[in-house]
Amino acid sequence: MAHPPLRVGLFVTCLVDLMRPRIGFAALKLLKGAGCEVVVPEGQTCCGQPAYNSGDRRAAQALARKMVREFESCEHVVVPSGSCSGMIRAHYPELLAEFPEERAALDRVVARTRELTDFLVNVAGLTTVPGQFAGTVTYHDSCSGLREMGVKSQPRALLAGVRGLTLKEMATPEYCCGFGGTFAVKYGEISARIADRKCDDVAATQADAVVLGDLGCMLNIEGRILRRGESTRVYHVAEVLAGVEDD
Amino acid sequence: MTEAAQEAFSGTGGPGTARPQGGTFSGRAHDKLHDAKVQRAMRNFNLAAARSRAMAELPELEDIRTAAAAIRDTALADLDVWLERFETEATRRGVKVHWAETHADVNRIVAAIAREAGVRKVIKSKSMVSEESHLNAALEAEGLEVVETDLGEYIIQLAGETPSHIIAPAIHKTREDVADLFHQHHGTPRKTGIPELTMEARAVLRGHFLSGDMGISGGNFLVAETGSVVLVTNEGNGRMVSTMPRVHVAITGIEKVIPTLEDVACVLRVLTRSATGQSISNYVTLATGPKGAGDADGPEEMHVVLVDAGRSTVLGSDMREALRCIRCGACMNHCPVYQNIGGHAYGWVYPGPIGSVLTPSYIGLENAVDLPNAATLCNQCGVVCPVRIPLPDLMRKLREKQVEAGLRPRWERAGLRVWSWFAQRPALYALATRLAARVGRLLGGKRRAIGRLPGGGWTGERDFPAPQGRTFRELYARRPR
Repeated sequence: MAHPPLRVGLFVTCLVDLMRPRIGFAALKLLKGAGCEVVVPEGQTCCGQPAYNSGDRRAAQALARKMVREFESCEHVVVPSGSCSGMIRAHYPELLAEFPEERAALDRVVARTRELTDFLVNVAGLTTVPGQFAGTVTYHDSCSGLREMGVKSQPRALLAGVRGLTLKEMATPEYCCGFGGTFAVKYGEISARIADRKCDDVAATQADAVVLGDLGCMLNIEGRILRRGESTRVYHVAEVLAGVEDD
Repeated sequence: MTEAAQEAFSGTGGPGTARPQGGTFSGRAHDKLHDAKVQRAMRNFNLAAARSRAMAELPELEDIRTAAAAIRDTALADLDVWLERFETEATRRGVKVHWAETHADVNRIVAAIAREAGVRKVIKSKSMVSEESHLNAALEAEGLEVVETDLGEYIIQLAGETPSHIIAPAIHKTREDVADLFHQHHGTPRKTGIPELTMEARAVLRGHFLSGDMGISGGNFLVAETGSVVLVTNEGNGRMVSTMPRVHVAITGIEKVIPTLEDVACVLRVLTRSATGQSISNYVTLATGPKGAGDADGPEEMHVVLVDAGRSTVLGSDMREALRCIRCGACMNHCPVYQNIGGHAYGWVYPGPIGSVLTPSYIGLENAVDLPNAATLCNQCGVVCPVRIPLPDLMRKLREKQVEAGLRPRWERAGLRVWSWFAQRPALYALATRLAARVGRLLGGKRRAIGRLPGGGWTGERDFPAPQGRTFRELYARRPR
């Protein structure tokens, strides 16, 4: 390869770390496949979004500053989540405005942060993926990925390269799944009802799986699908692209 | 708690009580989620599709949104100056301008106008501001007959309810509901055809238009340079209410002023498209002064009541952007929460995302603790807002104010504190998450799904997918190198 490898810091996110480490390894595999040199800063935990959206600004600031410190030396910061990358790019500048002495590091991290599929397509120029999937999938656009990070065509472009996979769009892929962080617990009944609309939309496609790019949406949609007693599977886009859907 | 807020939340009925239901937000939402008629009505409701078709015809949409937001900001930046200009111009054209600092002032001023003019019957076109002060009840207490003439408002007046949407007030009603109401109140044979029902309402309302002494309207905009009140309507009742009775009273918030007619033309382009998907509404009325010498039509007296009732406080706060609102309803039309629970669950006059910002701002943060939290922050509202109000950001700011004011429940504050304490200590956090991953995996069992969690918020109608069992960080540390 003529170019030096892209040096990437992977921000795994707290939900991937706790719930589905497989997604983190799938992201690693895809990044390495795209010729990147990947580091995973060791002490990383959470971007602070749960505190930020709950109005606990001080806790959010503490976690945001920690994240910036841990990633300031990375040339690229890649996040397998529209919501966590959106937190960094769209909200860190406002959240950390009162720490001018950390401004330079903040600006670097903010400018270098990308959602995984966006990075793979628009920075790494990835064209072939190892995944294979015999069946039909439908793609759910997560709110933050779509409206804060402009993630729309990138995952679809990559999924088109998965052998055997057919993408069938649902009627309203951009419609919120009803997760909303702690909203899903505080207003569980409303949240589940919104999720139900999403599940109806998914079911109407008769797809074998719904694919998405955010753990929050994933837990919510999968949780509702399980309660409905349906067999539609729910995958993170990295799992399907890397071909590691099952453990 | 203010008196208006008390009334709004008491839910006990009686004069001045605007709400059909009391209780908590979650309780009201629960009722609406289990009300089959409301659910059917909300499923049929799709102004969002109409908007998106109309916007597709406007290639310069984003530029017009930016211009409209700038026009509203210009007005708000020097609100006192534009309002005085409006007062001067309107007064010069024979309008009597009144300033209402509180909701009680609104009712007092309008009742006094009615008394002095010897009014017996009031006909109204849509005014959400008058809902804030429970004006109908106040006027009825003065012995006046009050008739709503907007079809939706008329329906809910018959039903003894309040609007559940700012431009489609009876959206929670089905055709069957309306058939029953008309049959019951008009004493006519029950009919269910929409054209027949509309013609029946038209025939009944015609008599009221001819016999009303005073017309009350809202005001979509106040034009500072001409002293005009702009009414944007579809049914034509606004024009009848503002021209046929002897007295016309327009009631509107002080934030509705716009500098020039040219500015109105710009904002109108996005207002009607955002609201109903129309390139222009059926009627756009500029009411500029009472009937003049040589005019064929018009009221003998015209009054404008400019309502503060909390707006000047919002103007001086970090919530100011909310005052840009031109009341199109697009935010609620696109809100996944509103679409499922309808407007009444929000508990006060303005539902949906804009209501979740305005209600706590107008009646007090402590009187609407749920509202800023009852949103997924999906930002569909912010994306469609024609004047670019950053609604999710404003809701988040209100959440921060709640935390600062100690208005959040103790379990929530404690939970966040414990979680953030661990998340700032990677070694302890690693231990805690390893444990949680293992426990969760065990609880998930063969199904790999947890059916019941403490509190039940998540698992009432959903399972919780079980974690894989090991954390990423521990697996990564053990990876083959």
